[in-house]
Amino acid sequence: MSTLPDPAPEAPSAETPVAKPGRESLHYAVRNPKLIIGVSLVAILLAVGVVGPMLLGNGNPNEYVGPQASAPDGTYWMGTTTFGQDVYAQFVHGLRATFLVGVVGGAIAAVIAMVVGFLAGYRGGITDEILNMLTNVVLVIPALAVLLIINAYMGVRSVAVQGLFIGLTSWPWAARAIRAQTFSLRTREFVDLARLSGSGTWRIVFREIAPNMSSYLFMMFILLFGGSILIASSLDFIGLGPTEGVSLGLMLQSAQQWSALQLGMWWWFVPPGAGITAIVGALYVANVGLDEVFNPKLRES
Amino acid sequence: MLEGGLMLTLDRVTKTFRAGAFGGGSTTAVDRVSFSAAPGELVSLIGESGSGKSTIGRMVLGLTQVSSGSLTLDGEQVRPGKDFYRRVQGVFQDPFSCYNPVFKADRVFALVRRAYHPDVSDREWADRVEKAVRDVRLDPGQVLGRYPHQLSGGQLQRLLIARALLLDLRFLVADEITSMLDASTRIDVLNLLAGLKERGLGVLYITHDLSLGTYLAEKTVVLRSGRVVERGDTQKVFGNPLHPYTRTLLAAVPRLNQPWTTAEPVAACAYHEGGARDGDLYETEPDHFVACAGLPDCGRTPA
Amino acid sequence: MTLTVKDLRVHYRTLRGEVRALDGVGFDLADGEILGLAGESGCGKTTLGKALIRLDGRMRHVGGSVTLDGDELPLSDDRAMNAYRFHKISLVPQYSMSALNPTRRIGRMIRELLASRGVTVDTGELHRRLALVGLEPDVLDRYPIELSGGMKQRAVMVISTLLDPSVLVADEVTSALDVSNQQAVVGALTGLRDKGLVTSMIFVTHDLGLTSHIADSIMVMYAGKLAEKAPTKVLTTEPRHPYTKMLIGSLPQVGARFVDKPLSGIEGSPPSLLNPPAGCRFRARCPLADSGCAEEPPVVEVAPRHTVACWKAA
Repeated sequence: MSTLPDPAPEAPSAETPVAKPGRESLHYAVRNPKLIIGVSLVAILLAVGVVGPMLLGNGNPNEYVGPQASAPDGTYWMGTTTFGQDVYAQFVHGLRATFLVGVVGGAIAAVIAMVVGFLAGYRGGITDEILNMLTNVVLVIPALAVLLIINAYMGVRSVAVQGLFIGLTSWPWAARAIRAQTFSLRTREFVDLARLSGSGTWRIVFREIAPNMSSYLFMMFILLFGGSILIASSLDFIGLGPTEGVSLGLMLQSAQQWSALQLGMWWWFVPPGAGITAIVGALYVANVGLDEVFNPKLRES
Repeated sequence: MLEGGLMLTLDRVTKTFRAGAFGGGSTTAVDRVSFSAAPGELVSLIGESGSGKSTIGRMVLGLTQVSSGSLTLDGEQVRPGKDFYRRVQGVFQDPFSCYNPVFKADRVFALVRRAYHPDVSDREWADRVEKAVRDVRLDPGQVLGRYPHQLSGGQLQRLLIARALLLDLRFLVADEITSMLDASTRIDVLNLLAGLKERGLGVLYITHDLSLGTYLAEKTVVLRSGRVVERGDTQKVFGNPLHPYTRTLLAAVPRLNQPWTTAEPVAACAYHEGGARDGDLYETEPDHFVACAGLPDCGRTPA
Repeated sequence: MTLTVKDLRVHYRTLRGEVRALDGVGFDLADGEILGLAGESGCGKTTLGKALIRLDGRMRHVGGSVTLDGDELPLSDDRAMNAYRFHKISLVPQYSMSALNPTRRIGRMIRELLASRGVTVDTGELHRRLALVGLEPDVLDRYPIELSGGMKQRAVMVISTLLDPSVLVADEVTSALDVSNQQAVVGALTGLRDKGLVTSMIFVTHDLGLTSHIADSIMVMYAGKLAEKAPTKVLTTEPRHPYTKMLIGSLPQVGARFVDKPLSGIEGSPPSLLNPPAGCRFRARCPLADSGCAEEPPVVEVAPRHTVACWKAA
């Protein structure tokens, strides 16, 4: 008897007014400060990343346009680099690239994690053992070393390809978590009832099990998205980034390479650093808020 | 809709589970159980927790594989699949667990429609659903279109039975369907089952509560630790219990206005005193079978 | 008189409003008495048990009073109740046997629990109490999974009564157990009372048959209010309230058969406690109801220690 409903208040009768579960979540969602602040910050940065480049005419941000190494002023809001590149232009293009790698990496990792996790959790038995082995192997592979090798042989050209490789290596923890949840949901009797109604494996997974984990899957995607951005920035910083375009991590890398810190050119590395911190930090804060929304026990009543 | 039940036959059915850290050991949940239910009969399977009764229910429904022995319905092996579930369905103990909490309760009907009656028109389907809901003595206006947490346990259980009625149901496995219900709704669900039985449905009623089993069933099977200890016609089994376990069970039932009785100890093992054997059970009188009493001085162990 | 409850009102806060779970309940509990609190889901019996000990943060004590051994219990004050909880009045909560930590041995769990409350109990006393409920001392070295349901329940009962409370509230302690385990647990409860470790007991359950075996008097609740209270023998043989009568009538006894005489349940379901109807709350389902029932019936003593809240019973 482990899934008994909350003992109080007592069971409602049929005349209780209708309150859809989704509506209740929404009610709490709009009142949760962490969620609101986190989502707003990410939304603002996303807007800047989408609209910014368009307002600048979509030019090449790496062009040498201005005086070298000048501080922020009226024309160049974030100053220029050692080569005279407009830091603000690089920043807004970089935001776009960063979001792109987050979405691509996060989505690919999420899809793989769901397929592996659901299948292993629902089927159990030999399927579970094989998928577990696969998960463990990928988990243990040092992503950095693999990416180094790939870079050496292929040279990562674009942000999307970088996102692909990140997605292919960062799914194991999510797969594990999904598998565990699926295990526990699989024994619930409504799954038996679905089997008794003639439903097949994937139909049961997507129509019975996944909706009961929807909040968890949502939060998981947010974490994968944020994690992807972080990994991409780290790779960019150590020189394994894409060879074309610009991203926030690449900005940090060139700032470091050209001694921006020692030369006092704070406007070169502070915006990208703050940008990455803001996006990932806001996502994690929003995630905590979301957890409070979905999990009634965490709410301060 | 109810054209007569199916004949359920279990012949030395056994179920073992792998246990232990690396799957080394094994536990026997069901040990060579044999009994049968004639078409349209209501058999109650009585046992305490750990007796294997739910495992037997799941095997009849094809949700768990039989390890050895044969389990047949109308002579055919249990083969889980759409055709099988058209005729055989189950209702379980926890009504709140049977409904997916993120969807409305009616979805259980929609699932049936999608799988079995996809080409029935909306109008026709709504009529069928309404009729089935009335058949289980519920008011469609009060129960349709609601979420599971807005309905009571008794209403949810009856909706599950209504769902089963939307198919060509011939056999129903009812696994502890009343244990989580209140006393007043319990009786309604039981009366409903009895009514369906009178219309020809075969039922395997699994429970730990003797009073409920005897209320409904013509035949009773008493299970302990995976083995049948006594079975047969309900009135004979409880009117004249011969196995010590059956006597203990009967004596431990809390009855209103009657103090607890202690079970009379069994003087002699009916299994070993009798003549003709039916496997592990001995037929002491027509339709009353009992297993070895396992008395301390019984040097002879059952087969 | 150990416990006196007067007009107790407890509401729950929810998104949709206040659920009036307990709406004016009053009764007395004498020394050495076991009171059976019976009723169906939604009647308020669990709320009553939890309110006496103030265990749930969502509860709001709206009115009425509870007096234990002469002291009025500070039901609105969580901190102040700490002095009474487990010391004077204790609760064995519902589903407590499922709440045992599966990775801890029983003995260790007990020690940690007591240490967190600043209480020490010597091992000999613990063994004595375990023996009282029929458990061997080696239970302390076992994990919860090695014990049967009845044994876990009895272990929890030992913990709840370690400080010799005046009143023990046992909330549905037998519902998940098999009949043989039920007998053992009920025996353990009466043993605790007989040996004086617990002065009085409130036994909350939905199983009327079981209650009649342990309780000296039974109180039947419906929709947050008292329906009938009487000594056990009287309530089970001569009930006055229509709800009690129908409840008893719906219990199948071993031997009753559908084919001989079908029993009948009670049509309908209890009213919502968000906005309870005026007048008698059982009115909608009662076969004897008439226009007079639109006014709420007072609790009347129709015979010594037999109180009923029904216009038709007087």
